[in-house]
Amino acid sequence: MLKNTSQEVLRRLSTTVVLVSVLALGACASGVKLDDVTPKNTGSASPTSKDFANNPWNDPNSPLYQKSFYFDFDNYTVKSADQSKLDAHAKYLNSNKAQKIAIQGNTDDQGTTEYNLALGQKRSDAVKKVLSLLGVSDSQIETISFGKEKPKSTATDDASRAENRRADIVYQDK
Amino acid sequence: MSLNPTSYLNIKQLISVCVISISSICLAPMSFAQMQIEINGVGQSRYPIAVTYFSSESSLPTKVSEVVRNDLANNGYFSIIDTGFAEVAENANVDLGSWSSKRANALAVGTATPLGNGQFEIKYRLYDIVRNQSLGGTTVTVGKDELRRAGHVIADDIVQRLTGERGIFSTRLSYVVKNGKQFQLMISDSDGQNARTALSSNEPIISPTWSPDGKRVAYVSFETKKPVVYVHELATGNRIVLSNQKGNNSAPTWAPNGNKLALSLSKDGNTQIYTINADGTNLKRISSSSAIDTEPQWSPDGSLIYFTSDRGGSPQIYKMSSHGESAGNAQRVTFRHAFATSPRISPDGRYMAYIARAGGYKLQLLDLRSGEVSSLTSTSYDETPTFAANGKFVLYATRSGGKPVLAAVSVDGAVKQILSLPGADVREPAWGPFLN
Repeated sequence: MLKNTSQEVLRRLSTTVVLVSVLALGACASGVKLDDVTPKNTGSASPTSKDFANNPWNDPNSPLYQKSFYFDFDNYTVKSADQSKLDAHAKYLNSNKAQKIAIQGNTDDQGTTEYNLALGQKRSDAVKKVLSLLGVSDSQIETISFGKEKPKSTATDDASRAENRRADIVYQDK
Repeated sequence: MSLNPTSYLNIKQLISVCVISISSICLAPMSFAQMQIEINGVGQSRYPIAVTYFSSESSLPTKVSEVVRNDLANNGYFSIIDTGFAEVAENANVDLGSWSSKRANALAVGTATPLGNGQFEIKYRLYDIVRNQSLGGTTVTVGKDELRRAGHVIADDIVQRLTGERGIFSTRLSYVVKNGKQFQLMISDSDGQNARTALSSNEPIISPTWSPDGKRVAYVSFETKKPVVYVHELATGNRIVLSNQKGNNSAPTWAPNGNKLALSLSKDGNTQIYTINADGTNLKRISSSSAIDTEPQWSPDGSLIYFTSDRGGSPQIYKMSSHGESAGNAQRVTFRHAFATSPRISPDGRYMAYIARAGGYKLQLLDLRSGEVSSLTSTSYDETPTFAANGKFVLYATRSGGKPVLAAVSVDGAVKQILSLPGADVREPAWGPFLN
């Protein structure tokens, strides 16, 4: 039982806040945190209207636009065709030492949650290794994994699974 | 287990991530759907028991005897004898001969008495019809919102008196519900009912795990766009970041004494196993391979840690001293399949449940003394096994009708249940401990 008015006020306020946040659940966990504003990776920026000087990775005409790298089943080696694409990212990061990136590894739906989290990490680390060998400093890169928890495609055909075996470079806001 | 109605909520936390305490003044229980239980297999022999309606319970918002009957029916080792709608008081003179002709071996009767201050006293008595004697009973006093709990306590008491074993109806489950793009960490009764939200997020939540005292749940949340381990105190909704090292923080598990956890971190390059105090201090690496070591699990006596490792090529399960590999080489314990992950040790230390790739991902049970392996399920997307507190059942995630659901199986393989939520995916179960 609540015993005094200030507790009652707090209770009403917090209940209201909870109800508001329940109604706004779409914004609930994603809206307010300062480090949560990551630029979209795929083609949503209009090429004709924006100045991409501050975020060239969003410019479809830039070699930095390609930020997703795909892997074969049970494989954790960056494809040779991707090595040259990573050159461009390395060049940019070496010239912009304050710029940080996250590399997010993913797996397809086969396997089990925690082991797949570790497998996804092998993919993000593989991309990091290529960048490190090109001189990018460790302090500019954080590698993490979503395992199979955030698939781009939820279908289980070969093409969908191939889409999910992927590491993404995400340029962080300064 | 009374809920604290005067807990202060952190408003800032509520706005950013909807961290919610399990309190009656806070978020209402999930109202859009109830967990459904489907029984697909029962014990080879079932003990017939009659549980009448309790005297005066028709005026209660929840009929306690219904909770008792449902618990015993879902358990799979009891068959419920129909008793009609008659209410029989705890102190009634019962004619056991007439119950015997209904083929019941035991009879439970009871009385519900409102105590006037919002509390109710539920008194029940159990009779052994075969031996023609009273087995005693128990009295539970609860508030209006805790009547289901009274039913669970009585069902546990019946199991204890009839079998000598402790029942698990009063234990709780934790699991993750995915509804569209929204994830919720839920805490519920052992039957999936009375579910409350502990955390709501637009990013995944995985690997919940109960502290040995049942007061805290550790879990991995991706709310900051990377896996971070939190420890969440259920009564207050307060939580701490247990580990947010560079890279992944995941696979938390509690030591039997509740003071430490083990977890997997990728901070040093490859995924390895570390221990840490429950307050986040004293991080120490204990595995030492150049491969993936993850999913640590303590043995109940605290001396060993079982874990998943692909140091031999494909993932298998190993054990090492709980002090780590510096105290001795890890030893492999799974040999039957080419892929084995997700070890869980039964509370008596006798069995290990795990997932093997055997024409699909399938739950296995290893007898740690004999080395015998049995395949327990007919489902094939099995994941994340978790033992009931009495070691008699394993709850796990799987698919049914193409949809992510939870399933339970008895360790003898006979009792089979599916727990599903209409319109949503259920996954990542963790079965809580006995609450004392």
